[in-house]
This record gives sequence, structure tokens and C-alpha cells, in this order.
Amino acid sequence: MNKQLMYGTHALAEAAIQAGCTCYFGYPITPQNELPEYMAQRLTEIPGGVFIQAESELAAINMVLGASAAGARALTSSSSPGISLKQEGISFMAGMELPAVIANIMRGGPGLGNIAPSQADYFQATRGGGHGDYRIIVLAPGSVQEIADLTFRAFDLADTYRIPVMILGDGMLGQLMEPVIIPKPRQEPLPEKDYIVSGAQGRQPRVIKSLILDTREMEEHNWKLFRKYQLIQQRETRWESYLTDDAELIVIAYGTAARIAKGAIKRLRKDDPNMKIGLLRPITLWPFPTKAIKESLSTASDYFVFEMSAGQMVDDVLLSLEGKGRVHFYGRPGGIVPTPAELARSIARRYYQMKRTRKR
Amino acid sequence: MKRIYVRPQTLRPVPMHYCPGCGHSIIHRLIAEVLDEMKLREKAICVPPAGCAVLAYNYLDIDMVEAPHGRATAVATGIKRVRPANLVFSYQGDGDLAAIGTAEALHAANRGEQITVIFVNNAVYGMTGGQMAPTTLLGQKTTTSPFGRNVKTEGPPIKVCELLAGLGSSAYLERVAVNSPANVKKAKSAIAKAFTYQLRKAGFTLVEILSPCPTNWKMDPVAACRWIDEEMMTVFPLGVIKDLPC
Ligand SMILES: Cc1ncc(C[n+]2csc(CCOP(=O)(O)OP(=O)(O)O)c2C)c(N)n1
Ligand code: SF4
Repeated sequence: MNKQLMYGTHALAEAAIQAGCTCYFGYPITPQNELPEYMAQRLTEIPGGVFIQAESELAAINMVLGASAAGARALTSSSSPGISLKQEGISFMAGMELPAVIANIMRGGPGLGNIAPSQADYFQATRGGGHGDYRIIVLAPGSVQEIADLTFRAFDLADTYRIPVMILGDGMLGQLMEPVIIPKPRQEPLPEKDYIVSGAQGRQPRVIKSLILDTREMEEHNWKLFRKYQLIQQRETRWESYLTDDAELIVIAYGTAARIAKGAIKRLRKDDPNMKIGLLRPITLWPFPTKAIKESLSTASDYFVFEMSAGQMVDDVLLSLEGKGRVHFYGRPGGIVPTPAELARSIARRYYQMKRTRKR
Repeated sequence: MKRIYVRPQTLRPVPMHYCPGCGHSIIHRLIAEVLDEMKLREKAICVPPAGCAVLAYNYLDIDMVEAPHGRATAVATGIKRVRPANLVFSYQGDGDLAAIGTAEALHAANRGEQITVIFVNNAVYGMTGGQMAPTTLLGQKTTTSPFGRNVKTEGPPIKVCELLAGLGSSAYLERVAVNSPANVKKAKSAIAKAFTYQLRKAGFTLVEILSPCPTNWKMDPVAACRWIDEEMMTVFPLGVIKDLPC
């Protein structure tokens, strides 16, 4: 497919279609309405395409559950308050080991909050979000191209590991227009699923459930999920390192925050080529690039965590560093998106402070 | 000798966990008989509820997908839209369908989803220990309405069939009971009719079944069956509430 100018939400929708998604269920909420609107039109062109504007996010996620149990690749999307309502369904799908892709185009919170871009749902996304002992894969794109690439990949990840996968974006990324190449539709047929319901014709009936009353069996199921999560941690952790080879101070940020940080670092390095600062951008928020962060201690002594929240991912950075290094946090919650220049000033202040303490 | 009783193929040969005199076991058997007679066992997909029937997959030998409490019609919608050739039905109690899952049931009916709901009305929350349900009768004592349901604070019982009848795309709604041999026969016919309508793509179908819960009504099974006749049916009259010819 050719390069075209697209909104983040549209790129997400089109990449899903190319990945073989035939079902979309959702409920309107700003700032992601362009996604269901695109799907309402586009899915009519797909054989077997299903689009339902559900009566609530509760209904939408459970329609996803049903469609996934019936073997389809299904997508739902929402923004923060709606994702809260979906958590029960996500927990069920985690327990039932059903694949699904869920996009959260985050906005300011808590409560109704506002409709400005935010990263306030990091905890909810990376800690499972709903009840019970589980994880989901969380992908954090930083550009429209990456939205397309990661959405396409999300469906394969979901099927490979039989797990819900979340695309965690924000209002800025969703409404950004950038040139993008949508991944080519897959040629090979989707992998066979031996667990889905289709009517028990010529085989034993199948039951897809999360209820396990026997405590020993439930414990075994929990350990089985845990082993799967370990495998995902080993195999699927992704991050981007930018100018970190010689960096003494490393900025850690994801999504929109990482774009701003990159701009700030470019600016600072241009003004002062001796400034040894770089960026580590987690692409998978769960699994978190713990090892990469720990290994960066070989050059870096200081970390500057920037989030559009009052501080959530910073906990994972601290856990990764296991008490080593100095961690500074700069947060802008509530829907504020600082400019690269603003952020550069804060980073520079930290950097020169670090230099002064090093000399002493 | 003529064989007049045989276990339906769709009903697994295992003892059920339901209390003695419980309507769920009769209703399971009716579903199994209908699926056998209509040769639908290999086409059927059931969505059991959170409720006493949560373990229905231990008894009905067909494909099953569990749903969170109240969301069975949404799950069934997702399945049926992906697999329109299958017979998809949910099995729900009154708490599941008429309290926590009202919105899902109402909108599935209004969209005319080609699914069938087997709605078991036993006027209480069975599984959680006999609390008040949306269908609890006025004056009926439950663990959370210890002085009897009061219309001023709890409102009157919800009549699900009548509520759904006003929606454009509900096709067939009938209320039956399983408290006597004659009523059991009628209940079976209603289930068969609902499945037939679904296969003809007539729209949303629901069979409401008045069903005894002797345990939480604190009655013996015979008294419970009598209570359905004498009390429940005055509020929930039996019969076809809606039937759009198809
Ligand atoms: C979200 C949620 N809330 C509450 C429950 C607890 N719960 C399980 S079944 C049930 C009600 C069952 O009553 P009903 O639907 O009437 O079915 P019955 O047991 O009488 O057949 C409740 C409240 C739950 N499983 N999930
Ligand atoms: S509690 Fe009531 S509904 Fe539940 S199994 Fe016992 S009799 Fe049946």
C-alpha cells in the first residue's frame, strides 16, 4: 500500500482490517469517535464484517468476548472512562484465554476529567486493570506509522498467546495526521483455533469459561497464566533507544510524551553537542523493558522520567533500577501537553545539576 | 413394550447439583429434548449465566461460552453475528436478565438479534442465597426484603415479556411455567417454537419460564408448585405476549 496521510484513529482502524479484524463493537466517547465512524463504513466492505454501536462499553466488550469465542478477530476502542467499564470483560477474557484487541485513546481524569490527551491510565493498563491475577500486553505507539504497525501486530500477539492486547494511545496521537504506510493484508490464512465454539459437529462440545470452583485447579490455572506471562516477558519486550550509547542522563517516556522528549533532546544536543543525554522509549508497557533500563546503568547515572500524568510509569523505572541511579520525575497531568522547549529546559536543569554533583 | 422415557442425548448422564424440586433441572431437560428432536445439538451454542445455572455446561452436551453476570445477551450477540448459521441461545435468571443485564437484554431485543433467551423467573436470586429479585412479588419476603417487597421503596415486579413486547424487533415472547405436567409440555413447545423462529431469522425470541425455587422460598416442592399457580401467575399471567408471524 502507498504512503497516505491519515489520522491516528483511522490508521488504527485500517491496520486492524488489514490484520483480518472483521468485528468492531464500541460506544462513542471523545477523543476516539473517528475510529468507530471509520469502522461503521469500512466493515460493510468486508465479507462477514460486523459493526455494532453497542448500548454501553459493558455490552461492547462482551460482544467482543462472544465474537472472539466464535473465532473472529475483534476490536473495540474507547477512552478512559469507557475502558474502566470494560475491565470486567477484559478480566473474563484473560481468564478464558480469549484474544482481543482493545484501544484506549486516553484522556484526562479521574472521573469524567476532560477530553485532552493524557497518560493517566498507565496503572490501569499495566496492572491488569480488572479483578484477578492477570496481565495483558500493552503496546504504546509513538507515531501514526507505529499505531498502524503495532495494531497489525497486536492481532497476531493476541492469537499467539490467547490474550487481550491493549493499544494505549492518547488524544494527541489519535487526532494526529501523518503520512503512513498501512501494512499489507496477510496472505496466509489465519491460524486454526482449536478452542472456539462453532457447534459440536463431529467433535466433543467445547466450553469457554473462567469459573474454576476447585481451588487446586484454579491455582494451576493461575500458574499456567503466569508461565505464559513469563514467556511473553522473555519474547515480546520492545523499546527504542535514542542516543543512549554515551548518555549519562536518560530520559524515559512513552507515546506522545516520548515524541516531545525526542524533540527536546534533539534541541539540547544541537545547542550543546557535549551534552550526553538520550531517550529510552518503552514500546511495550507490559512487558516493561526492565532489563534494558537496568543495563543502561553502564553509562547513565541519572534518569529523567517524563509522563503526562502525576507519576505512574516512574514506579516501574524505580523497580527496574533496583535502587541504583538517581530518578527524577517530571509530570504534566490533567491534559497538559508541554512543548519540547519547555521540556528541554527541565531536562537541561537536571543535567547541569547532575554535572555539578558529579564534580564535587 | 413401548419405550416412553429415555434420557435425551444432549443431557449428560451425570447427577445435577440443583436442589430437589428446582425448576432448572426440568428446564435443562426440556432444552435437551428440543435440541434432540430438532436435531440441533451440533448447531447449538449456549451462553449460561452467573446464577444457579452457571454450571449448565456440566449437563447440556453442547458448545458453551460463559458470560459475566448479566452480559449473556451481549456475548450471544457477538457469537451469533460471527456465526449466523448456528443456533445461539442464552439461559438467564431474573437477576441476571432483569437487573444487572436489563440494558443488554433490551437492546438485543430492539436490534432484533437472532438469538433466543431462556429466561428463568424464580422471583429470587437463587445462587446468592435468596435475595430480592426484580421479579419478587409485592409482599414477598426475601433475605433483603425481610418485611416483604414494598411498592413504595422497591417498586413493583418487572414483567420482562411485557417490557420487551413494545420493542420493534422482538418477534416471539411467551410466558410458560414448569409447575405441572401440562405446563411442562407447553414450556417445551414454547422453547421449540422460539428455536424455530430463530432459524427462520424472525428476530429476537424469549421464553420466560416461571420456575420453583423451593430452597429460597422455604417451601417443599409441592407447595412451591402451588405457589406458582396461586401467587406468581396472578402477577405473571401465562401465554403468548408477542408473536410476529414469520
Ligand atoms: C458483577 C457480579 N455481581 C454479582 C455477582 C453475584 N451473583 C451471582 S449470581 C447472582 C444472582 C443470581 O440470581 P438469578 O439471576 O435470579 O439466578 P438464579 O440463581 O435465581 O437462577 C448474583 C448477584 C456476580 N457473579 N457478578
Ligand atoms: S437455590 Fe433455588 S434456583 Fe438455585 S438450585 Fe436451589 S432451588 Fe434451584
